[in-house]
Amino acid sequence: MIALIDYRAGNLTSVKKALATLGAAFIVPRAPEDLADAAGIIVPGVGHFGATRVLDAPWTEAILARVGEGRPLLGICLGMQWLFEGSDEAPDLPGLGLLSGRCYRLGANGGGVKVPHVGWNSLAIERGEATILEGVAPGAQVYFTHSYAAPRTGDSAAVTEHGEAFASVVQRGHVAGVQFHPEKSGDVGLHVLRNFLELAG
Amino acid sequence: MLSKRIIACLDVRDGQVVKGVNFEGLRSAGDPAELARRYNAEGIDELVILDITATIEARRALADTIRRVARELFIPLSVGGGIRTEADAAAAVDAGADKVSVNTAALAGPELITRIADRYGSQAVVVAIDAKRGPADGRFAVYARSGQREAGRDAVEWAREAESRGAGEILLTSIDRDGTKAGFDCELTAAVSSAVSIPVIASGGAGGLDHFVDVFTAGRADAALAASIFHYAETSVRALKDHLRRRGIPVRL
Repeated sequence: MIALIDYRAGNLTSVKKALATLGAAFIVPRAPEDLADAAGIIVPGVGHFGATRVLDAPWTEAILARVGEGRPLLGICLGMQWLFEGSDEAPDLPGLGLLSGRCYRLGANGGGVKVPHVGWNSLAIERGEATILEGVAPGAQVYFTHSYAAPRTGDSAAVTEHGEAFASVVQRGHVAGVQFHPEKSGDVGLHVLRNFLELAG
Repeated sequence: MLSKRIIACLDVRDGQVVKGVNFEGLRSAGDPAELARRYNAEGIDELVILDITATIEARRALADTIRRVARELFIPLSVGGGIRTEADAAAAVDAGADKVSVNTAALAGPELITRIADRYGSQAVVVAIDAKRGPADGRFAVYARSGQREAGRDAVEWAREAESRGAGEILLTSIDRDGTKAGFDCELTAAVSSAVSIPVIASGGAGGLDHFVDVFTAGRADAALAASIFHYAETSVRALKDHLRRRGIPVRL
C-alpha cells in the first residue's frame, strides 16, 4: 500500500490516475498515524514552497520514521524540493532535510531563459545505477512546470538544462525525487513511477 | 534544452469534436477521446479541450468529456471555453484538467485569475487572449466573447497584467489569422512573448509546416496550437516535429 500525501498543494487526480493505471494500491492518509502500514510514500505537489507548512512536525516525524525503517519515499516537483534543507521561495520554512542543499530560483544567475520553466525537457543521466531511472533512456523528455529548482549535488541522478543545469532526478538510497511530473510525462513518466513502485515492493 | 511544444486543440460541442473532422462531410463528428488517443500516439505534447457548447445542460456533459479524454492520457490537458467562475474551474480540474483557460470572464473581473492561481497554482491558469491588429501600427486590440466585442485593452498590456495577477501561461490567438491558414501572426506573438516571462502559446493561422518554424523563431513562441491542420490529417504531429527538428528547433520526438 502506497501512501499518497495530500497537503493541498495542487490536485492529486492525475497522480491517482497514474497509480491506478499501474495497478498500485494506495491510500491518501488523513493523519500521520495512517502512515504506519505504508510500503512506500509519495509526496506530490506543485506550487509554492510555503504550502509544505501543512506538513508539520507530526507528519514529518511519521514520514522520517517510515524512511528510517527503509520504506521508500518519492517526492514529485514541490515534493522533491521539500526533501532538501529548504528553499529560497520560503526561507523561514525548513524542508525535510533528507538531502543536503537548498532550492533556488531558476534564472537567478541570468541565462536568458523564461521562468517558470514549463514544458518538455530532457534528462541528462548522471548516475546510471540509480534505480529510479532504470530503463530510462538518456535524453528522454519529461514534462516540467516550476520556477524553483534543486541544486546539482552528489545525489543528482539526472540533470536538466534551463539556463543552467539543475537536479531533475535525485536519489539517495531509497529516497528519490523527480522535479518533473511523471504523471504528465507519457510513457517515460509511468516508467519512473513503476520503478518507484518496485522499490516499494 | 526546453522543447517547443505542439498543442492540439479539440473544439467540443455536446461531447463531440466539431471543427475539422466533418471536412467535406466525409466523417461524422469525431469522438474527443478517440482523437486524443490518436494525437497522443503521434506524439502531441499537450491537448486543449475548448468547450463551445452554448447551453447549461450541455455544459454538464463537459466534465464527462474531460474525464473520458483524461482517462488514458498522461500528458498535460487544458480546458477552456466558458470558464466564468472559480467553481467552473474546480469542476474542470476535478474532472482531470491540469490547466484551465480563462478569457472573457478574466477581462470582466481579472481577480478570477488570482483566485484560480491561489487555489491550484499559477501553472494551472492559462489566460487566453484573442487579439486583432489595431488601427495604430504594432498595436493589438483584445476582444472578448469569442472575438465579438472589443475589450478596450491592448494585448501586450493585458498579457503583462495577466502575468502579474498569477497567470502561468498565455494562449494568444490572432483573430486576423484564425482559420485563414496564412500562418501565425508572428509580430503579435513576438510582441507579447517578449513582454512577459511566462510561456506564450501561439494560435490562429497554422496552415503549413513552415508556419510553425516561423512562429518559433520570428514569433518567439514557446508553444504553438493548431486544430484543423491535425484533424484533417493534412499533416501528422510526427511529420511536423521531424520538420521542426530538421530546421534546428528543439522538439520532443
